[in-house]
Amino acid sequence: MTTMGSLILRTASRFLLPLLLLFSVFMLLRGHDEPGGGFIAGLVAATGFALYLFAFDAGRTRELMWADPRVLFGLGLLAATLAGVPPILVGEPFFTAMWWPIEVPGLGEIKLSTPLVFDIGVYLVVLGGVMTIVLALAEAEE
Amino acid sequence: MLIAVLSGFILAAFAPWLARSVGDKAGWMLSLLPAGLFVYFLGFIPAVIEDGALVIHYTWIPGLDISLNFLVDGLSLLFALLISGIGTFIIIYAGGYLHGHPHLPRFYAIMFGFMASMIGLVLSDNLITLFVFWELTSITSYLLIGFDHENKHARWCALQGLLVTVAGGLALLAGLVMIGLAAGSFELSEILADGDVLREYPLYTAMVLLVLAGCFTKSAQVPFHFWLPNAMAAPTPVSAFLHSATMVKAGVYLLARLNPGLGGTDLWLYGLGIVGALTMFTGSFMALRSTGIKAVLAYTTVMALGTLTMLIGIGTELAITAAMTFLLAHALYKASLFMLAGALDHETGTKDILEMGGLRRLMPITFVTACVAALSLAGLPPLFGFIAKELMFEASLQAPGIAFFATVLAVASAIMIVAMAAVFATRPFLGDLKKTPKHPHEAPLSMLIGPVTLAALGLLFGVAAFIPAAAIVGSSVAAVYGAPVEVELYLWHGINLPLMLSILAVVAGVVLYRQWDRVLAMFERMTFIDRFGPERGYEHVMRGLDWIAAWQTGVLQNGYLRNYLTTIVLSTVVVTGWTFFFRADGAISLEDETGFTFYELGVAALVVMGAVVASVTSSRLGAVATLGMVGFGIALIYVLFSAPDLGITQIMVETLTVILLVLVLYRLPDFLNLSNPVVRMRDAAVAVSLGGLMTVLILAVNGVTVNDPISDQLVAWSVPEAHGRNIVNVILVDFRALDTLGEIFVVGLAAAGVYAMIRFRAEDKQK
Repeated sequence: MTTMGSLILRTASRFLLPLLLLFSVFMLLRGHDEPGGGFIAGLVAATGFALYLFAFDAGRTRELMWADPRVLFGLGLLAATLAGVPPILVGEPFFTAMWWPIEVPGLGEIKLSTPLVFDIGVYLVVLGGVMTIVLALAEAEE
Repeated sequence: MLIAVLSGFILAAFAPWLARSVGDKAGWMLSLLPAGLFVYFLGFIPAVIEDGALVIHYTWIPGLDISLNFLVDGLSLLFALLISGIGTFIIIYAGGYLHGHPHLPRFYAIMFGFMASMIGLVLSDNLITLFVFWELTSITSYLLIGFDHENKHARWCALQGLLVTVAGGLALLAGLVMIGLAAGSFELSEILADGDVLREYPLYTAMVLLVLAGCFTKSAQVPFHFWLPNAMAAPTPVSAFLHSATMVKAGVYLLARLNPGLGGTDLWLYGLGIVGALTMFTGSFMALRSTGIKAVLAYTTVMALGTLTMLIGIGTELAITAAMTFLLAHALYKASLFMLAGALDHETGTKDILEMGGLRRLMPITFVTACVAALSLAGLPPLFGFIAKELMFEASLQAPGIAFFATVLAVASAIMIVAMAAVFATRPFLGDLKKTPKHPHEAPLSMLIGPVTLAALGLLFGVAAFIPAAAIVGSSVAAVYGAPVEVELYLWHGINLPLMLSILAVVAGVVLYRQWDRVLAMFERMTFIDRFGPERGYEHVMRGLDWIAAWQTGVLQNGYLRNYLTTIVLSTVVVTGWTFFFRADGAISLEDETGFTFYELGVAALVVMGAVVASVTSSRLGAVATLGMVGFGIALIYVLFSAPDLGITQIMVETLTVILLVLVLYRLPDFLNLSNPVVRMRDAAVAVSLGGLMTVLILAVNGVTVNDPISDQLVAWSVPEAHGRNIVNVILVDFRALDTLGEIFVVGLAAAGVYAMIRFRAEDKQK
């Protein structure tokens, strides 16, 4: 696995990975209104890292990720669970959606909400979960 | 009240930290909480005498009709006072007994958790809440018994106690639910107001048997008594607490609590009366055989629990009075004796009575206290234990139906208990000083204040019996009996049959005491008792369980993916298919299935071709590629039928599948065809059956007309309620967020599982 990637793949993946990650964030944020959402976005991001993995190796990929993928899916589960908590504080049932739309100059309205936090949690779980498996498989080979 | 019940749990969280920072005197400081609770509960006495019962309401889970209501009447108050009062001394005592023990802070934490569970248990008005606290006592006592967790025997004993009581607890849960359904309420205060509803319930017998299974296991009745002496593996403060006022009394508490509702029938009378009497006798007999100082006391506890059960079963006014008096007397002397036993063991370094002797000069306070407490155990005047025993004899004599049986066993037990009380009070102290592992001297104040106070109370209550009678025994008897009862306790009842029986018991007991060494020698030879006891039954059951677990794991978890797949597919086909064809009408409609466009048919043809090629190809890469064809074909179908989210997801999943396959491709065994044609035909049949079933199901689903499908509602709500136009996403993250949460936990779990599997394999290989 260590010397598998060709020069073309390496060069391409360097440019493709940021684009794919950007695209995944785009898919994540637009998911509430257009096709997309945390699940798809997480898969897109995981594909990006997997591409990088093929071009380089597991160690480089690990360095590039912000955190250990196991930490990522743990954080994701935590975020998704906590997204259900705020309504309890105001006396609503667990997971009642709460919305705080805010106006940002130049960008228009941004809909901050507990479902958004939940979706980010889903994103992290999918990304972390898939990358945990992929990296473990890749490293087992070495 | 809520704070009073929960304060123990709260302190449990802080106790370890407090114990570490305060150091030596932590026991004294921590004991302030139970002492405060004791005073708080004392404050309820006037109100309870006045009104009988108070119910304090808190809502907890309104949707399930589960509330945190607390019922304060004589019975719960008596228990709450015992738990908090004795608990105070136990905490102080533990500070001395476990002085310098590295896990002392942890001990305090568990102990407070246990105490709080116990208080919650006796004060709960709601059956479900009661059960929650009931199980909490099982779990915390498990931790307490297994406190010495590096000792294998302690762990084994703790597990035995846990399994026996929790198994009973499951039965109890079923029983409590039945009570709730029968009475139409889960609030004890409402259920017990009209007991006839329960007694006339068609499933009354099953209900009572289930409840008894729970109470008998918890309160160590024959044949489940064996776990209790093993619970001696716990540190002595725990044993003292468990045996005197808590854990094992929980079963007795519940029997007493439910007596107005379930009692008064033949089943109740004979079930409790006979089992209780047998337990009483067994406990006394086993005590006589024991030489371990804690074992003797443990078996006398079994005796006491049996007595209480029997008295509740008899259920007459007199019997209930005897039960409550006995309960109080027993709690006082048993806690005292256990703490003294701990002091002896702590100072001498041995637990065997036969190895102690001549300690009266070295430990005078211990000696005097032991005499007073043992007199109460033996039931001699002027101790409170005497009043309890007189009442017990009187109640046995008047018991409807089982008077002869109960009285004979009661007297026999009393004889043996007198002998053992004498052994306990004299053997370690009189005679010549024996050499013990440690050089003994008087125990510290922290270990004496509890037993001395409790023994003194036993004496005070005996001499001035009107105090407990007026303060608490009267109202607790009324709570158990279900109607107000005049309770007056006297030492002197005049010369009557119970007094004669008492004298007989004492005289015979003293004779037995004189002959104890000979009796012991005789028992030495009777080893068959150990061979056939119910504990062997427990061991057989446990071995059987292990065997079944190993067997079924071998059958089900055989390690072959193909077998797992076949099992899953066939069960699905059989269960779903049977339901569909025999329980539903199994009708499918093909009316709407017209008007395909050519490209839809084209995609479908591609998918089918891919599937066929994948199953017959002889190359692995070919199989991967054609499976990919199937996947992307399905993604196309999603897109054609306007489900872009599903389409994108399917494409991403297909891509990742290819990536994963690439990663594992080199590690797979050669792609060979090892199965014979018959096996292949069988596998094909299994696969086709599942495919066929799914096809039929989907066609059938299409034919079902739902009047008002929920999808219409979801579409309508999507924008106004959830601020989102993508309904799929809105459903995932808002409408059905809880389902999604479950699903992502599965994703996380799967990732963790795969990671563990791959990593452990790699590590194994390295070794």
